[in-house]
Amino acid sequence: MKMSALDRVLLLLTGLLAAYQVAVGIDGLGTVPIIAYTIGFGVLLVAGLLIFILGFDVLDSPVVVVVSTIIPLTLSLGLVWQHLASFRTSYLVFTIVSFLAVSLTRSIPMQNKLPVIVLAVTHGISGMTIFLLPIILSIQGAVQPLFSLVGVGGALIGVGGLLLSFLKTGRPILSRETILRLFPTLLLLTTAFFVAGFKFG
Amino acid sequence: MTAAAQSSTANYQLPITKRIALYWSLTKPLQSGLLLATGLAGYMSARCPVFNMGTILQLAASLFLAIAGSTVLNMWWDRDIDAKMGRTKKRATSKGLVDENEVLRVGLILSVIGVGWAVAMDALYGLIVFAGLFFDVVVYSIWLKRRTAWSIVWGGISGAMPILAGRALGLGFIDWVGVTLALGILFWIPTHTLTFSMKFAKDYEAACVPTFPSTYGLGVTRATIAISSVLAAAAMIVAGYGIGMAWGFLRLLGVLSAGLLILAVVITFKPSERINFGLFKYASIYMLASMILLFF
Repeated sequence: MKMSALDRVLLLLTGLLAAYQVAVGIDGLGTVPIIAYTIGFGVLLVAGLLIFILGFDVLDSPVVVVVSTIIPLTLSLGLVWQHLASFRTSYLVFTIVSFLAVSLTRSIPMQNKLPVIVLAVTHGISGMTIFLLPIILSIQGAVQPLFSLVGVGGALIGVGGLLLSFLKTGRPILSRETILRLFPTLLLLTTAFFVAGFKFG
Repeated sequence: MTAAAQSSTANYQLPITKRIALYWSLTKPLQSGLLLATGLAGYMSARCPVFNMGTILQLAASLFLAIAGSTVLNMWWDRDIDAKMGRTKKRATSKGLVDENEVLRVGLILSVIGVGWAVAMDALYGLIVFAGLFFDVVVYSIWLKRRTAWSIVWGGISGAMPILAGRALGLGFIDWVGVTLALGILFWIPTHTLTFSMKFAKDYEAACVPTFPSTYGLGVTRATIAISSVLAAAAMIVAGYGIGMAWGFLRLLGVLSAGLLILAVVITFKPSERINFGLFKYASIYMLASMILLFF
């Protein structure tokens, strides 16, 4: 599907927001959250630029599944490291093991459902962490109420991931054209909610 | 009536706005603009007061004139091979839309004004601008381009001069950061030009211009692109550190550099026309973004 000028503008704005977050949005945090958020928003930035340059066809690459795992894993790691001190080490182990498992199961041809299970567990846990943790923390008053916007971003990226997964399995709930038309807007909104949540939360 | 005389007559019959538009296209505005951005970034990297608008405007004008002049002179010199290549055969010089003697005169006038203005501003700055023009027109285009694939190194040195010139103007001397920034551009240029020469390999072959792909093969060319990308990214990060760039911006530069490296690795081990094009475009965005980051 040909990319429209509006799609390109939306992707460029996504890249700019992600660049802002890497450059100034995460200053003053600990080393691990800074590394985790830099990787997460860095992937968003570079991925946005590559889609901008190469078009939507790049989303058909099998690497997309692995790369798109990095975003929720690193963002959730940053959140856990910042706000759930007792889970730091275990979540770091989960992040590393999950990423390796997704990479491995996607690079070796398998007949069973292990790749799907690994992907579902990884996205399920990391996605729910990004979605729920900021909202729970906001409700508890541990952070500013607007930090819950990070959770909204988490929900949106989950929707984006689901749509892409359906596209890849060949059983899309929406047509390929509709999914691709929605994708730049979804990516921009996701990034905008993340950035706003970190900025005002 | 000869072809040159016909083109000359046709040229003078064109409305002045059309002629200006033709000459504007001969300056390759996007490429000249990117090189100008590197010169401005070099100046800003010296932590000069941004509000010193007089100097900045003079730097921009002198550098743009020198770059545009050298580009027009290259167009004039390469008009015969440009006419043989699909990508360039529609250029005004290749199609005879402009008088070739007039192109030479315009190129020389722009170059003399640009370099002269630069020398008048600062002798060292002027010398570096002149070196850039000399390497580009004389060494790269006239001497080596049709002889060896290695001519791109000299083209690269020429492309690295604006950022060195800008920084030297800001500091009053050449320092290691300026040299590292220039190296960053020098190593970036193969990423840009070699992907280009792979994409248009048949064009260059038709014009008998030796390129890395035609001389050493695609494998060596891709490896060269990967190595030069690593060196370019490393040089930009070291220079950014040397300038005293804030950690956040250094992080961002690291992220953008990682994107460049990943694409370079992919093109080496899993080459495709699409990734080749992606690297070519990404390299341009990377350099522009790096220059913007140097402002901070």
